[in-house]
Amino acid sequence: MASILAVDDSASMRKMVTFTLKSAGYDVEEAVDGVDALEKAQSKQFDCIITDVNMPNKDGITLIKDLRAIANYKFTPMLTLTTESGMEKKMEGKAAGATGWIVKPFDPDQLLKTLKKVLG
Amino acid sequence: MSIDMSQFHQVFFEECFEGLEAMEAGLLNLNIDDIDPEVINTIFRGAHSIKGGSGTFGFNNVADFTHIMETLLDEMRDGRRQVTQIAINILLGSVDCLREMISSIQNEEEVDESRVAQHTADLDNELNGVAESTPPPSHKVSAETIITEPSEVISDSSETSDTNEESGWKIAFCPYLDLLKTGNDPVRMFRELSELGELTSLANIQDVPSLFEMDPEECNISWDLKVMGDIPLDEIEEIFNWVEGDCELDIQPIAPKPVKKIAPPVSQAEPELDTEETIATQAKEPQQPTQPEIIVEQAEVSKDIEAIPKPPTTAPKEPNKKVQLDSDQSKLIVQVASSIRVDTSKIDALINMVGEVVITQSMLGLVGENFTMDKVDQLKKGLAQLERHTRDLQQSVMNVRMLPISFVFSRFPRLVHDISSKLGKKIELKLVGENTEIDKSVVELINDPLVHLIRNSLDHGIEMPANRIAAGKPETGTIELKAYHRGGHIVIEIIDDGHGMDKNKLIAKAVEKGLIDDSSVLTDKQAYELIFLPGFSTAEKLTDISGRGVGMDVVRRNIEALGGNIEISSELGHGTTIAIHLPLTLAILDGQSVAVGDETYIVPLVSIIESINITEKMLNKVAGKGETFRLRNQYIPIIRMHKIFNVQPSSKSKMGEGVIVVAEGQGVLCGLFVDDLLGQQQVVIKSLEANYRRVDGVSGATILGDGSVALILDVPGLVRFSNR
Repeated sequence: MASILAVDDSASMRKMVTFTLKSAGYDVEEAVDGVDALEKAQSKQFDCIITDVNMPNKDGITLIKDLRAIANYKFTPMLTLTTESGMEKKMEGKAAGATGWIVKPFDPDQLLKTLKKVLG
Repeated sequence: MSIDMSQFHQVFFEECFEGLEAMEAGLLNLNIDDIDPEVINTIFRGAHSIKGGSGTFGFNNVADFTHIMETLLDEMRDGRRQVTQIAINILLGSVDCLREMISSIQNEEEVDESRVAQHTADLDNELNGVAESTPPPSHKVSAETIITEPSEVISDSSETSDTNEESGWKIAFCPYLDLLKTGNDPVRMFRELSELGELTSLANIQDVPSLFEMDPEECNISWDLKVMGDIPLDEIEEIFNWVEGDCELDIQPIAPKPVKKIAPPVSQAEPELDTEETIATQAKEPQQPTQPEIIVEQAEVSKDIEAIPKPPTTAPKEPNKKVQLDSDQSKLIVQVASSIRVDTSKIDALINMVGEVVITQSMLGLVGENFTMDKVDQLKKGLAQLERHTRDLQQSVMNVRMLPISFVFSRFPRLVHDISSKLGKKIELKLVGENTEIDKSVVELINDPLVHLIRNSLDHGIEMPANRIAAGKPETGTIELKAYHRGGHIVIEIIDDGHGMDKNKLIAKAVEKGLIDDSSVLTDKQAYELIFLPGFSTAEKLTDISGRGVGMDVVRRNIEALGGNIEISSELGHGTTIAIHLPLTLAILDGQSVAVGDETYIVPLVSIIESINITEKMLNKVAGKGETFRLRNQYIPIIRMHKIFNVQPSSKSKMGEGVIVVAEGQGVLCGLFVDDLLGQQQVVIKSLEANYRRVDGVSGATILGDGSVALILDVPGLVRFSNR
């Protein structure tokens, strides 16, 4: 099954995402911020990255930029978790190389449905 | 898939409180004259996370409330809004309000709507005070509704004209070269389209360069797609949502269906144009030599699409049930929750130690299996190892309960901020040693006494700015809150650079209150201790901040209940230091076991100064005050243990035979006369109150290796008890 890296500084969101994805059968790892995620992504190849935008140490946008620069992640789907008020953030994310976004608040169904868009 | 979200609530609440604390600390740290963008960012992030989480977990009132805070903070962050002290105070108030909301939700109580409404109004006022600079939110909302409305209408109309088999959409999709680099994949998008209806696709590859020039990372193909079926426009748009700006996209309804109603005139005109265009391209295509390839490509795509198992619309249902069960269980667990967050490294250490114990145990098992006397050495070695490991294990387990004292300290900047502004004083709070770890139960109980002491320092210790300047001190007073380990204790000091305590004033006050008589001669220390007497207050006028002087005796009692003590040192004109000594944990203590008659008692090792042997001749009997003996220029009262506990004296209960354990309790020395010293050991404290009742002079009990019960002595309590 596809492996996914879930990045969020909020433990509850991270748990929710992880739990949802795991119950759908995905292989999930968690990272607490961009720095952690970059490190984990380099030690293992993930099929998809789901990241929050606003995080300490390294935000989601920078994380995506950094990941896109790595050969292994050139075409990997990367989704940002963003709030509806963040239209500029969506665009900023796209400019950095994000595949798409999931709008917060979302429920588990939405998450899985969106994920199906990028994972086969 | 439905997942019970309540299982994440506990984590969410904890996170909220942490976030709120960070926001509060950030707000207090903001210096309006010199804004640190990172601080604002941190505060913003706190609000942002709470908003995101509360929306997801269905606490919409919290989400709405934080949304306003977030908007305000966002503007501050972008520099669109001046950061003012008023705004900071409003935000601080909102943090409080939010904290109450969340704890109400956590405790399943009613949220105080009127309070929320009031803070919402405050925030709104602040936000709209500069209304001109805040158009974005409303603007965005309207934009969204504009987008969704027409498509809804269209979908409605398509529903009314159902059974129209001819209806569908024609999509011209021309990706830019870089589309693949965002991780989007046209094949996946086509697959999604094929789920909506019957899909036919035509790939235009005339722009694909020759193999030598081709960059495989670029997308040179464009597509003409047709999806047949009754599909609302927004579902199609959603599929292409993410590639907006990365491609040219043109979606048109396929003919026979009359879409007159709302669809803008432009889209009506366009279909014709478009069909012409595609006809033109299709007409051109046959001339291309590469046509066979097109067919192959096309066939492959459609095969792909068919081969994909209609993504599991039925399959997820079963897992669903399982998930529900699981989450029901976790819900039960969550309800019990008084949880503690533990550093994973501590748990690793714990697991490591358990491993060691298991190894030792199996080694001992091996020794015991065919035991012969020549294995005694091995057995002893094994037992020694077991002892060491058990001790380490115990340490590791205790460590799990240890929390950094910042859990307590972090509340004080706010307290100091609020009180100093109320008093009109300028005060800086310095926190030192916030990472010092202390037992969770101590953390919970030390908060109130500390609040009281800090309030006292703020109110009585630090002078008004004018007085400080007159005294040649900096205008801003300093209170230092410091924690560190010393021996088996943790020491918390509250150091202020205020005017210190005036011994004579204290004594005069105590005399006036009739607490001491005016002939008594007191040392500095004893004079300072007067403030711990019930009913003592030196403030010339009572304030609502440090109360009516009923507090200090309670503070001292609470700290002593924790097995700690409190000391004051002060220098007139320079400040006061209050030091609190607390045991690291309340569950285990290092003790000295002593024999009294047939009984064994435990004296806490920390209170023992020394143990000596004296003869009857060295005793001084003081009429009405018992016995004392002289130890290096100090007269120390003797407490005969067998007398106080009414134990049958043994042959060693005579002076000269037994031992005097010199112990200290609350700065007072006393000699505990016991028969013998038995040995030092760590003992697990069992509450006497929980199992029996409170006994003077005894702080608890423990179970010894042989199964008998030993009482743990409370030295300060013994001193008080024996004086009676």
